[in-house]
Amino acid sequence: MKHFRKGDGERSGLFTRRALLLGGAQAVLLTALAGRLYQLQVVETDRFSSLAEENRVSMRLLPPSRGLIFDRGGVPLAVNRNNFRAMAASDRGRGADVLVERLDQILNLGDTEKVRLLRELRRSRNAQPIVVRENLGWEEVARLEFNAPDLPGVFIDLGQSRDYPEGDLMSHIVGYTGRVADEDLAGRDDPVLQLATMRFGKKGVERSLEDDLRGRAGAVQVEVNAVGRVVRELDRTEGQPGANALLTIDLDIQRFAAEKIKEHQSGSVVVLDVITGDVIAMVSTPGFDPSTFARGITQAEWRDLLDDPQRPLHNKAIAGVYPPGSTYKMVTALAALEAKVIDPWTRLPCLGFLELGKIKFHCWLKGGHGSTNVSEAIAMSCDCYFYEVARRAGVDRVSDMAQRLGFGKLSELGLPGESAANQPTRTWKQEKIGKAWQHGDTFNLGIGQGYMTATPLQLAIMTARLANGGYEVQPNLLLAKATPREELVPPAPRTRPTAPSLRLNPQHLAVIRQGMSDVVNTSHGTANALRAKQPEFTYAGKTGTAQVKRITEREREMGITQASLPWHLRHHALFVCYGPVDNPRYACAVIVEHGQAGGATAGPIGRDVLIETMKRDPSRRTDRFRKMASR
Amino acid sequence: MGSGPSLDAPAPVGFAEKIWRINWGLVLVLTAIAGVGVLALYSAAGGRFEPWAARHAVRYGSALMLMLVVALVHPKVWLALAWPIYIVSVLLLVAVDVIGKIGMGAQRWLVLGPIQIQPSEIAKVAVILVIARYYHGLRREQAGQFLYTLPPLAMILVVVGLVMVQPDLGTAMMVLMGGGALLFVAGVRIWMFLAAGVGAVACLPIAWSLMHDYQKRRVLTFLDPDRDPLGAGYHITQSKIATGSGGMFGKGFLKGTQSSLNFLPEKQTDFIFTTFVEEWGMAGALVLLGLFALVVVWGFSIAFRSQHHFGRLLALGVTAMLFLYMFINTAMVMGMLPVVGVPLPLVSNGGTALLSVMFACGLLIGVNVYRDAQLPRTR
Repeated sequence: MKHFRKGDGERSGLFTRRALLLGGAQAVLLTALAGRLYQLQVVETDRFSSLAEENRVSMRLLPPSRGLIFDRGGVPLAVNRNNFRAMAASDRGRGADVLVERLDQILNLGDTEKVRLLRELRRSRNAQPIVVRENLGWEEVARLEFNAPDLPGVFIDLGQSRDYPEGDLMSHIVGYTGRVADEDLAGRDDPVLQLATMRFGKKGVERSLEDDLRGRAGAVQVEVNAVGRVVRELDRTEGQPGANALLTIDLDIQRFAAEKIKEHQSGSVVVLDVITGDVIAMVSTPGFDPSTFARGITQAEWRDLLDDPQRPLHNKAIAGVYPPGSTYKMVTALAALEAKVIDPWTRLPCLGFLELGKIKFHCWLKGGHGSTNVSEAIAMSCDCYFYEVARRAGVDRVSDMAQRLGFGKLSELGLPGESAANQPTRTWKQEKIGKAWQHGDTFNLGIGQGYMTATPLQLAIMTARLANGGYEVQPNLLLAKATPREELVPPAPRTRPTAPSLRLNPQHLAVIRQGMSDVVNTSHGTANALRAKQPEFTYAGKTGTAQVKRITEREREMGITQASLPWHLRHHALFVCYGPVDNPRYACAVIVEHGQAGGATAGPIGRDVLIETMKRDPSRRTDRFRKMASR
Repeated sequence: MGSGPSLDAPAPVGFAEKIWRINWGLVLVLTAIAGVGVLALYSAAGGRFEPWAARHAVRYGSALMLMLVVALVHPKVWLALAWPIYIVSVLLLVAVDVIGKIGMGAQRWLVLGPIQIQPSEIAKVAVILVIARYYHGLRREQAGQFLYTLPPLAMILVVVGLVMVQPDLGTAMMVLMGGGALLFVAGVRIWMFLAAGVGAVACLPIAWSLMHDYQKRRVLTFLDPDRDPLGAGYHITQSKIATGSGGMFGKGFLKGTQSSLNFLPEKQTDFIFTTFVEEWGMAGALVLLGLFALVVVWGFSIAFRSQHHFGRLLALGVTAMLFLYMFINTAMVMGMLPVVGVPLPLVSNGGTALLSVMFACGLLIGVNVYRDAQLPRTR
């Protein structure tokens, strides 16, 4: 027994020593744990706290509701409608592959969309949600909601998207919106532009008034869980909706003009208020349906629009450049009168051509017009008269007068894509063509041909400035803007221009206007067939034909006429007019692309649109708006 | 070597005395730890008893009953049952591995009618029992001899190997380290441990080649958590954020954001410690660690007071196992060890582990109840 005890005692002693060693080791390890706790929870706690907060709290911007756009009568041109969109948030791309596959099964995304989603999911920071698909139908919403347990981070967001009730009728003026592009961010640090759902004006008024229409973003602080789902709202700041805009356009006249010009393939009509510069109508045909852009245009639709030879995306009213032809003759005449190289009674002969050295400059009338004064020359559109007058005034004075009337530079309309066209000068030719200005160039300029180009808007501006007594009116599309709808009212009608005067001799202007009136209202005028039947709508105008392809002597002998040429080589038809003749209020410019002759194709459109405008007289009537607004 | 009752043996203890000898203080500490578990699980469920906290409390209650019953079983029974239990557990491990092979993939469970068994949990206790029994039968000088060290080594490695195959790296590590600790206190020479250590380092490349991809990833991620912060390192990063953001006194009960917003993985099982310390801070963590330390100290004192070597080794083996459980789990969630999937004893949600831990604690308390029992040194 003793032996047993002794043996056990030895064992027990060794056990105790070893156990104490083990216990010591455990104590060391336990101390290490405590040390680690101290390191994490005391030394580095600030860092980890902020990391936890970053995990938890997500700032979400509330996109402001975009301002609406109305015509001058209060008819909506651009509105917002509800848009159910599928959004997805993932925690720095975790599980993105599986998620995208499942979404593809439900929504049929297609390969390019899948690649885009994966990229955006991986790039998105702070579980900021990205757009999966817009404008979901009820069935798609239902399918997504039904499968919600398998789609972590996916949710349906009720947003707004743009709708354009008037479709292609207003497409060039109102424009459209699209996803925010990198170049849109230049100079704008509004954080709301970083939102995936945000839209930015790309064309038209949507673009020019972008900073007004957008509004200010609100923000909501939300607590999100690991898959980005919002658990609760912590704080909310409301934003401010964008300003609503009342345009100067009269939708009825716009529609009337569009229907008139639609009879031809391609062209443009601009109607201006000569006192205020308000753009009453601005049509460029064909147009396009801006809603395709709002819902996301497909590659095929986009290509079709781009490849169309009549260029539906091109706003011809401000970006189409054409030789003004005979509509330019008022500029030449006015320059010469102001330069005192002729006076209102100066008569010049026309033999049907004018010789400059060996070159013959023809008048459009083979036998010539005989002797005419300036207003008769305008009325009969005698080319020889203006060759000679241009020669006497010189290119510098003609160009200067043209620029004062609005040619060769951008207007203050503000729409993107406007062209300044080209008002040639000596220095321009030297720099761009590399040759000195020739007398022949002056002859061509005198009748609005050669290097001279203009946009329909510029022609309308010129007509307006002639008609309003020489005031430098600028075209204007915005009648009023205000965020609350009730404050969106048009300004009181004006009867006198507020624009600076061009300081033109009123007598000279009267002579020019007499000539334009005679074009329509005298039997020797080129557009006498277009005279108004009701005396109160008597107006003045000027026809023009812009050469696209010169028909040579030989071709003429072979019987080639304008009508036999292929469409894209025929002359452009132009017509400018204003009315009423005694107290002008509206100016109108019409271009029918390849319409052959101004008087025949552009003229009737100009007459009808101008008379319709005078009938409706939108500038002096605000009752219609009040009626619409009070509805 | 006399066997049978000796003359100066103490009088057999009565039932009341046995009850009195149960370490009620230790039971209280264990219950306190389980209480922490209920609190943490209640919070992990977003302030609800369902689905974890209530079940945990109920399970603990029944496990407590089991523990008390086990504590009252005479150690000679365990001495006799050590080998059968070990052999059965090895067979179960083999069965689980074979089924796992057939079923393709990780397999840790055996379904026997209505009950699921996790054989590795039984094996953990079985290894302690069988080694304690083995050394109980050895003389002091035999314990130090190399040849006598081979059988227990084999007992450990068989289980480690079978568990590793499952694959369950955490449990394998625990069995290895727990067994090693037992061999150490049983008197195996220090140089053998050093040799084993050198051998282990030499074998590392082989072990590496045998590891599954996900295990390799875990080890690599542990060595450099920023290597893959969105993949395997994510859990550890989020766990550290939760722990660290808890600070000195925590965010307050039910106010933890990391776990309630699901940034924490496995918040009810392996990462329950994180859930707890995020809300209770370093103060709460130290209290919890203190409770575990108390259990360990109690275990050591029970081991020292045992009059028989079997009891000493059993008590120390159980204590070492509990400590390893606790240490590996907490070190893992704090980013000090690779993520190996070891629950926090008595706190994590999960029935089998709770039962095996409480069973082991029953053995521990049993050593105290029968501390002066005379056990023959059978071979």
